[in-house]
Amino acid sequence: MKIHIKNGQVIDPKNQLNKKSDLFIAAGKIVSIGQAPDSFTANQTIDATGLTICPGLVDLSARLREPGDEYKARLVSELQAAVAGGVTSLACPPDTDPVLDEPGLVEMLKHRTKQQGLAHVYPLGALTRQLAGNALSEMNELHAAGCVGFSQANVAIADTQVLWRAMEYAATFGFTLYLHAEEPFLAANGVAHDGEVATRLGLKGIPSAAEALALASILRIAQETGAKIHISRLSTAEGVDMIRSAKQRGLNISCDVSANHLHLTEHDIAYFNANCHLKPPLRTQRDKDALRAGLLDGTIDAICSDHTPVDDDAKQAPFAEAEIGATGLELLLPLTLKWATDAKVDLIHAIRLITSAPAQLLGVAGGSLSVHSDADLCLFDANEYWRVSPQSLKSQGRNTPFNGLELAGKVKYTLVHGQIVYQSAH
Amino acid sequence: MNNPQLDRDGNLKHLLSIEGLPKKILNQILDTAESFVGVAEREVKKVPLLRGKTVCNLFFENSTRTRTTFEIAAKRLSADVISLNVSTSSQSKGETILDTVDNLIAMHADMFVVRHAQSGAAHLIAKHVPPHIHVVNAGDGRHSHPTQGLLDVFTIRKYKPDLHNLRIAVVGDILHSRVARSEIHALTTLGVPEIRVIAPKTLLPTQVEKLGVHVFHDMAQGLKDVDVVMMLRLQNERMNGAMLPSSQEYFKTYGLTQEKLKLAKPDAIVMHPGPMNRGVEIDSTVADGEQSVILPQVTYGIAIRMAVMAILAGGSPAGASA
Repeated sequence: MKIHIKNGQVIDPKNQLNKKSDLFIAAGKIVSIGQAPDSFTANQTIDATGLTICPGLVDLSARLREPGDEYKARLVSELQAAVAGGVTSLACPPDTDPVLDEPGLVEMLKHRTKQQGLAHVYPLGALTRQLAGNALSEMNELHAAGCVGFSQANVAIADTQVLWRAMEYAATFGFTLYLHAEEPFLAANGVAHDGEVATRLGLKGIPSAAEALALASILRIAQETGAKIHISRLSTAEGVDMIRSAKQRGLNISCDVSANHLHLTEHDIAYFNANCHLKPPLRTQRDKDALRAGLLDGTIDAICSDHTPVDDDAKQAPFAEAEIGATGLELLLPLTLKWATDAKVDLIHAIRLITSAPAQLLGVAGGSLSVHSDADLCLFDANEYWRVSPQSLKSQGRNTPFNGLELAGKVKYTLVHGQIVYQSAH
Repeated sequence: MNNPQLDRDGNLKHLLSIEGLPKKILNQILDTAESFVGVAEREVKKVPLLRGKTVCNLFFENSTRTRTTFEIAAKRLSADVISLNVSTSSQSKGETILDTVDNLIAMHADMFVVRHAQSGAAHLIAKHVPPHIHVVNAGDGRHSHPTQGLLDVFTIRKYKPDLHNLRIAVVGDILHSRVARSEIHALTTLGVPEIRVIAPKTLLPTQVEKLGVHVFHDMAQGLKDVDVVMMLRLQNERMNGAMLPSSQEYFKTYGLTQEKLKLAKPDAIVMHPGPMNRGVEIDSTVADGEQSVILPQVTYGIAIRMAVMAILAGGSPAGASA
């Protein structure tokens, strides 16, 4: 299969490429950008006039809900959502049922997702067995089965001795740990940022200090153990400051922010909007501004979708009892573009944060348009608006705080291994 | 963002919280309640405003006093009343809140009076029900207890009619109190110039001052020259733990005694939403003393609840224009 994509604006942050150009694909690989290779005869030509061609998006955190939570979402539905959102590679956290702490489960997940031929799935293995924070998982076995790193999902390791050992062990083999920074005792039973809105609505709060305390422990132990740490979904201004100074000290640390937290604050909860029940909680305007500034100055390395599909019934409950999470794979691109527009950031810089930067953090292929690399790409119209609605989403989870909003950035084609795996209806 | 409590003409559709209600609506409820105070003193304690209507008391959290007063209020308006203690029935069988509500709608309930342990439960139900059904929040988690807030300001108005000249202290567990939140919103909306909260830091929510109150940690300072002292109930489970060391220590520092009450204005009134913990937040001599208006609060509670239900059902004798 040979594809000729013509007249698109090719943006490839990794290779600093940003020009109107044609792109040629053969046998699943990008074979040329610019001139057609000798004797290239396309089986298919895509007219990309007015479209941006970028590497397929790489998402650092997307829950697929299998195994175990198929009533919330299924591999098929979520991988279709991924490619509909232009996402061609994603890392999934280990909090499935059962949790990803057995090599067999990881192999099965890899096998089943590969069969779909949609987005590439890179599992993050459970750092501790059952995510219980007591005993280490078999990291080498899990790595061999396909895990690209280890995570505790939303569960904290309360015992700092276990955290220390986990980092030492992971550092021995050079594994990256993906940790969510939240001190579990301070955060216990909390459902919203501990501030004005939680006070007004009578919701139990999670103070910003919960993030700062957990970060302080993680950073300090990382410094002792030399472990490679990625902080998932930073939420506070103080957290951004702590990471910034840790990086200045030369610590081997990276972090991301969810697209939700770039745009929303505690005030979006309004009258108990359960779609805004997220982890970490939506925080203040000041925190949001700091997260945006952190992205600009490079303190924050990437944007993730934190895709967490939840079934409708699980959201039809009082705020605290409504299940945590929002669907996000199909919103990662438009929400990143919206941030770029708000912050007056170049498209190429914004796209880097959802392509080459996360690919590099995960240590996986993808995230670039280098010649001879796999043809995983996303073609989108940066100026076309579409309205977010349950009907407009492929994900089985229809819950998002952005419901009803019009967003710019419409994915037109997604290619994986040179195959068109998604094409928008219009 | 639409206010879920008001219809498009600005009339009361549901009573979910005091916050967000205009002064006009609060006064409408208070004035309507005034006309119902007399009903209880008649030989026939009934008016026909809700005849043929079915009011469903849906209590996901146990309550005796609030449920009873709502029941009496509905019956005095001639409604048919069903009271369900859901905490002991379907919920324990795994039925969701909205399933329970749907079943009662299918039985043609016209109004729901809802209590639930989680903040936002009444909003959830109000969002779910068809337009002809009204929801009254009878307490949701720590969030709101609007009829209690209203009956408290009604009581204050009875004893201290000039609300614009009052200094009011709310004492105790503000953090967990939906009553306190409702009282504060009602008092600020009605123009009370100075509202104080008095509590240890462990019992105050973050940024409580944003609700429009002055914060005190010391009873002697906080009670000085106030016109109204509103005591809050301290839940038993909060007494010995990380919130407070003991009920004895709490009583010594924040319990209302005759001695502490002397710091307030000589004609200050003492209120409590009940049920009281005598010897924990309030001394019996104060609770039963001359300045206590705790029992009148209960009486007025019925009139307030009648007023709310009558207005929601469209039968307010005082009228929306009052």
